[in-house]
Amino acid sequence: MDLKKITSIALLITLVVGIQLTTQLTGTSYYLTQLTMTMYSCLLIIGLCLVMGYAGQISLGHAGFFAIGGYTSAALTTTNLLEALERGSGCVGLLNKMGLLVSSTSLFGEPMLTVHPWLACLLAIALTVLVAFAIGIPVLKLKGHYLAMATLGFGIIIYRIVLAVAFLGEADGISDVPGFTLLPGLTVNGDIGNRITNYYIAATILIIGFVLLLNLIDSRVGRALRAIHGAEDAADAMGINTARYKLYTFVISAVFAAVAGILLTHYTGGISPGDAGVMKSVRYVAIVAIGGMASLWGALSMGGLLNFLSLRGFFGSYDDAFFGAILILIMLFAPQGILRLSLWNKFKGGKKEVQ
Amino acid sequence: MSLLEINDLNKRFGGLHAVNSVSFAVNQGDIKAVIGPNGAGKTTLFNLICGALPADSGSVLFNGGQILGYRPFQIATTGISRTFQNIKMFPGMTALENVMVGLHTKSRSGFWSGMLHLPFTRHEEKKVRRRALELLELLDISAYADVEAASLAFGQQRAVEFARALASDPTLLLLDEPAAGLNIYETAEVARLITKIQQQGITVLLVEHDMSLVMDISDEIVVLSFGEHIAEGTPSEIQHNKEVIQIYLGE
Ligand SMILES: Nc1ncnc2c1ncn2[C@@H]1O[C@H](COP(=O)(O)OP(=O)(O)O)[C@@H](O)[C@H]1O
Ligand SMILES: [Mg+2]
Repeated sequence: MDLKKITSIALLITLVVGIQLTTQLTGTSYYLTQLTMTMYSCLLIIGLCLVMGYAGQISLGHAGFFAIGGYTSAALTTTNLLEALERGSGCVGLLNKMGLLVSSTSLFGEPMLTVHPWLACLLAIALTVLVAFAIGIPVLKLKGHYLAMATLGFGIIIYRIVLAVAFLGEADGISDVPGFTLLPGLTVNGDIGNRITNYYIAATILIIGFVLLLNLIDSRVGRALRAIHGAEDAADAMGINTARYKLYTFVISAVFAAVAGILLTHYTGGISPGDAGVMKSVRYVAIVAIGGMASLWGALSMGGLLNFLSLRGFFGSYDDAFFGAILILIMLFAPQGILRLSLWNKFKGGKKEVQ
Repeated sequence: MSLLEINDLNKRFGGLHAVNSVSFAVNQGDIKAVIGPNGAGKTTLFNLICGALPADSGSVLFNGGQILGYRPFQIATTGISRTFQNIKMFPGMTALENVMVGLHTKSRSGFWSGMLHLPFTRHEEKKVRRRALELLELLDISAYADVEAASLAFGQQRAVEFARALASDPTLLLLDEPAAGLNIYETAEVARLITKIQQQGITVLLVEHDMSLVMDISDEIVVLSFGEHIAEGTPSEIQHNKEVIQIYLGE
């Protein structure tokens, strides 16, 4: 990592700690809950930024991947397998012997036997990867509007599925999702007493994800992605397997969305069809666009700001309309994102030009 | 021995027979030119060789092996490099970065090692950067290494494009109208570069609309007209070929 990157990350960490200390000193630590949720959304948004800004693809189906992650993890960690075990199901028995199931007591005092959150998490990611490949292989052959339509279609399908399947709670979604103990002492859950820990868990995961992506765009692969984005036939002629690069990028970003879905679901204790909705996907695209498309820092800062304001109810009942309007305005006036407006460039001193 | 052998190659666009049963060979170490008026099918021929367009029939042998049906990125890994008629710089990237993309097939680092920034990746990046700079030096444009390539003068962009194409250590270099859009000084410079490339042991197949450039530097010339191969020979043979004179006068 170069010095500039290390300094920026150090500043980011300082900001994270600074915010937490400020809330503690001012007695406003209730903000931490919304900040934690915001950071998980940002994880999805930076992943989408990789696809949109660097690989030059659009996805209007990322809420779908968020939902695949969240719902899979929620369903597996809330479905009681005790009956299946008593019935003598071999599969459940085997999982139980391997220590992959956990016993607990439900809110109503019933004994529960559920899949261990770590196993649920890994299965959710595996399912996401499978779906992302299955969708990505045919769909990424498309470009522009067609790709937007196809990914939108995918998002709608996932939304209808979670709305229709009884196992996934239909319109109510899944609630009472247990906490997810990542490491001893580090549990992702919504307990008030655990608020500061959860804030730092989310920040750590977000920063790790962010650094991974920063590294990636600075690497040979990132260069190849920018080349594909800029002149696909020339990139092809340089020996870059453009189809594979686009596909892998799409899959990585789907995994980011799924991890965000998994952790946010364990944090809030539930997930509902609204989280899988198309309006959510539009919102994510709008945030990446306003952040400047090809700017991970832009996506992160705009994702942080706008998600937080939205969660604070700043946009009132016009929440979705606000993000829709942002998208229209950006496309009309600043397709490069507001952080890239010419004024801003002048302010930064502009690019090196040759006479 | 011929490095590239094109046999009975055909491509139609609807009713238009853009490449009509074309056959010829390129000898190792030569500069061979394909000339012909605009619309003769030269670019189409290039795109068929590079896999950018599927051929209707025929064969293209490179080093004795069939390469027809390969995708462009696969062709690039066999040792064939190309430039484009309308220069295609990667926008937003410096001259150096453009050449670094050209080194893609010469480096390994993938998604995992890139994200984790493994030591071998760092080492490889340094090597790639050093090699790209060497290539810019070879083409006398290292002064522009950090300038956005698309903002350079046309002639300089051409040189960057050459450096980028040479980066993969090709045995065969395909140049599509390298002098297109250049003034006479820049054209002379390009001629000098092409000879320099040949001296590195690289075989060159170039397409040109303008006769003057190719007459000086080519070892052999193929003439296409309306998709058909109508003459082939040394520059002086071509200069005295009646049919060729007719095509160029009739243009
Ligand atoms: N993709 C295409 N679809 C339809 N016609 C094409 C296409 N590409 C080229 N052509 C036609 O094929 C002929 C040969 O074009 P081209 O190979 O570009 O000629 P040249 O490079 O010799 O000027 C022209 O008549 C051109 O209009
Ligand atoms: Mg042409």
